[in-house]
Amino acid sequence: MMEPADESQLAEAVAAAVGPLCIKGGGTRPVGGRIEGETLSTAAIKGITLYDPGALTVVVRAGTPLAEIEELLAAEGQRLAFEPMDHRLLMGTKGTSTIGGVVAANVSGPRRIQVGACRDSLIGVRFVDGRGTIIKSGGRVMKNVTGYDLVKLMAGSYGTLGVISEVAFKVLPAPEATASVVIHGLGDDAAVRAMARALSEPYDVSGAAHVPDGQNTLLRLEGFAESVSYRAGKLAAALSDFGDVEIVEDREEVAEQWRNMRNVAAFADSKGDVWRLSVKPSDAPAVVARLDAHDVIYDWGGGLIWALVAAGTDLRPLLQVPGHATLVRASAATRAGVATFQPEPAPLAAISAGLRAQFDPRGILNKGMMG
Amino acid sequence: MQMPTPDATVLSRKDQIVRQLQSVLPPDAVISHPEETRAYECDALTAYRCVPLCVVLPSSTQEVSDVLKICHSQGIPVVPRGAGTSLAGGALPTADSVILGVARLNDVLETDYDNRIIRVQSGRTNLSVTGAVEDEDFFYAPDPSSQLACAIAGNIAMNSGGAHCLKYGVTTNNLLGVTMVLMDGTVVEIGGAHLDAPGLDLLGVICGSEGQLGVVTEATLRILRKPEGARPVLIGFDSNEVAGKCVSDIIRAGILPVAIEFMDRPCIRATEAFAHPGYPDCEALLIIEVEGSDSEIAAQLGLIREIAMRHKPVELRESGSEEESARIWLGRKSAFGAMGQISDYMCLDGTIPVSSLPLVLRRIGEISDQYGLDVANVFHAGDGNMHPLILYDANKPGDLELCEQMGADILRLCVEAGGCLTGEHGVGVEKRDLMFAQFTSEDLEAQLRLKDVFDPKWLLNPAKVFPLSATESRRRA
Ligand SMILES: Cc1cc2nc3c(=O)[nH]c(=O)nc-3n(C[C@H](O)[C@H](O)[C@H](O)COP(=O)(O)OP(=O)(O)OC[C@H]3O[C@@H](n4cnc5c(N)ncnc54)[C@H](O)[C@@H]3O)c2cc1C
Repeated sequence: MMEPADESQLAEAVAAAVGPLCIKGGGTRPVGGRIEGETLSTAAIKGITLYDPGALTVVVRAGTPLAEIEELLAAEGQRLAFEPMDHRLLMGTKGTSTIGGVVAANVSGPRRIQVGACRDSLIGVRFVDGRGTIIKSGGRVMKNVTGYDLVKLMAGSYGTLGVISEVAFKVLPAPEATASVVIHGLGDDAAVRAMARALSEPYDVSGAAHVPDGQNTLLRLEGFAESVSYRAGKLAAALSDFGDVEIVEDREEVAEQWRNMRNVAAFADSKGDVWRLSVKPSDAPAVVARLDAHDVIYDWGGGLIWALVAAGTDLRPLLQVPGHATLVRASAATRAGVATFQPEPAPLAAISAGLRAQFDPRGILNKGMMG
Repeated sequence: MQMPTPDATVLSRKDQIVRQLQSVLPPDAVISHPEETRAYECDALTAYRCVPLCVVLPSSTQEVSDVLKICHSQGIPVVPRGAGTSLAGGALPTADSVILGVARLNDVLETDYDNRIIRVQSGRTNLSVTGAVEDEDFFYAPDPSSQLACAIAGNIAMNSGGAHCLKYGVTTNNLLGVTMVLMDGTVVEIGGAHLDAPGLDLLGVICGSEGQLGVVTEATLRILRKPEGARPVLIGFDSNEVAGKCVSDIIRAGILPVAIEFMDRPCIRATEAFAHPGYPDCEALLIIEVEGSDSEIAAQLGLIREIAMRHKPVELRESGSEEESARIWLGRKSAFGAMGQISDYMCLDGTIPVSSLPLVLRRIGEISDQYGLDVANVFHAGDGNMHPLILYDANKPGDLELCEQMGADILRLCVEAGGCLTGEHGVGVEKRDLMFAQFTSEDLEAQLRLKDVFDPKWLLNPAKVFPLSATESRRRA
């Protein structure tokens, strides 16, 4: 395994590589299965480059543990708004999640519907392309349209365009208080309609999820204490005709609910394959009905479906609506027959392949990961 | 400013090209008479003008595709155009180019409140998108000051922002999908009502690509429920430095206003004379807007007042009514018009880290003295996006050039302070030649390679964004 200590060593390592490289951050998110080649770890390229709380920005090197960044921000009452999921429980992995891995996989949590994905908080990136060239895009300011937005391109590129060495984020204040408005006893259809209504009220809902097992529909509110309790009351009233509505204000309990949601804790230690489906929220219940899943969770107001299904099932033919499905957890046997990422229509696949060829002409970075 | 020498073959074949375009478009959708094409000779950066070869105004994605196929097969450059409000010369024609205007593509295709999206054709104006959903109390968040005129197509191409983007983000954060025609005529659909990409984030790259990767004909946009209410507070300070400190303290206190706008003395004086909003005559003025119910607004304004008082403001005026809110915003909204009254001006758009604000304002003052041209500052202070307005006299020989040199110095200063050349207006032709101040040649090469993939022949808006020297070999190939 190669573990360069800084960006210039990283560039040398990539430039000198003679065969494929398997890019590794913390190794906690093996989405995509085994990648051939020599392991190139970014874990040693770490540390905080800059933190400017008054400007809501932080710049960190790729190998920095996510937990270290979260701690740093929490000390100033701030946070990464996109609430990255911790994959360890779901994937049964150990190790330390790095921020580079979070960005490479564009990992976002329930707050996606309010503040956007990881790519929306990301304002700058430095990376080493497949030639070993160091490239930057964006910077450390939150409004920047200078040149093409390679920042977005790198987020979610799973190490196939370049090895990320440094990232910059817009951060947000952490809220003083949070609450969950919980509706009990809803079937999937009603739950998705309830979430749609909640998201159409002016109460700044920062999470909308439904757990069919137990029939709990959860809506999260965050902000200053008085404002949260005001909005919770209003929202509960607006949803009262759906059924039995409860307001949970205990900080720990609310945090735990959403931590479990974010980490898909319900599927931990389960058997079977785990898929992640992105659809138009109102299409979700019908899609779920087709899946024959052991268990599902709806997040993002229904727009994100986590599905636990029998090993070896290909869900893509069952999708039948616009959207996409990612095979997140699966055995080697399933992976042999089912692609990790939704195949793109031909013209887009050609563009993606063209981009990979431009950024990694030798095809050595996480070969085969994205097609 | 230098533009590439027009392709003589294309110029000489104008009549044939026009006939071919007429064969795929209705008769009134091809404009070729110089008197009529002159209307398209510039965008809002009026210092640069060039009459195009001809103008086409297609009414469907299919027509856009037909036009692009013709231009692609014959190597004719194409400049996409929305409403022509670009301040960077993004829609500036070249003499050998076909202007492809999307003004006739202005329908709403779908509104879906359950999923909180709207699908529109790209020529639709920004404000009319909100107009289409307002009756249901929804709105489209990005709100450039030009929103009455500018088109969604231009907003996507420039990744435009607005006064309220501190809370709601800019165009890229509110764009869910596009229908786009590649230069060879291929129609692609990217994204839609669902979130995030199945593979590489192509949508993220297209947004902000200044019309160089494809022609966007339709867009799926996120719409949001309107807040219960919104109210601004106006705070005057006798130093820029203290005003900057106040902004940073508010942010650090965990308050996230929807807008924090900043005006300096020259700008305050000009707007006061122009629109009489009743602003205090002070060094720096902040307008901070918060949203929510009445009680939420009162609570947030209370916190802001508490913080501001620590900085000894010369004036603090909380709006108590719609009327007072309008009055507070009046001056800010007429700032550009006010400056236009007293002088010709050039509007810069660099972004800086908020923490460097006092330093950068001081340096801008020094640069202004050095060049002998006045500067007024009005900008989005929450995110550091500055809009220094350099005042000059367009009729005075040499003044424009002086103004441009001074602008370049200020933008270089923004980059040195840790910021960038442009926060929301785009590079266009205006900042094209400054790109090396911010990027290494390797950084730029990566961007050029990206364009190679989408537009291998370099026919779409080819003379923009990058220094001509950096793109010459590709444009010639
Ligand atoms: C008074 C005034 C105030 C302004 N305030 C703001 C502000 O607050 N915030 C802000 O961000 N900007 C502002 N602007 C700048 C400008 O309005 C924006 O850049 C706007 O998005 C441009 O839209 P447009 O439709 O006029 O585009 P155009 O000027 O026509 O074109 C802009 C760019 O988009 C490309 N383009 C156009 N149509 C397409 C298409 N269909 N497909 C691909 N590319 C296309 C063009 O080639 C060009 O590069 C302001 C401008 C003015 C004049």
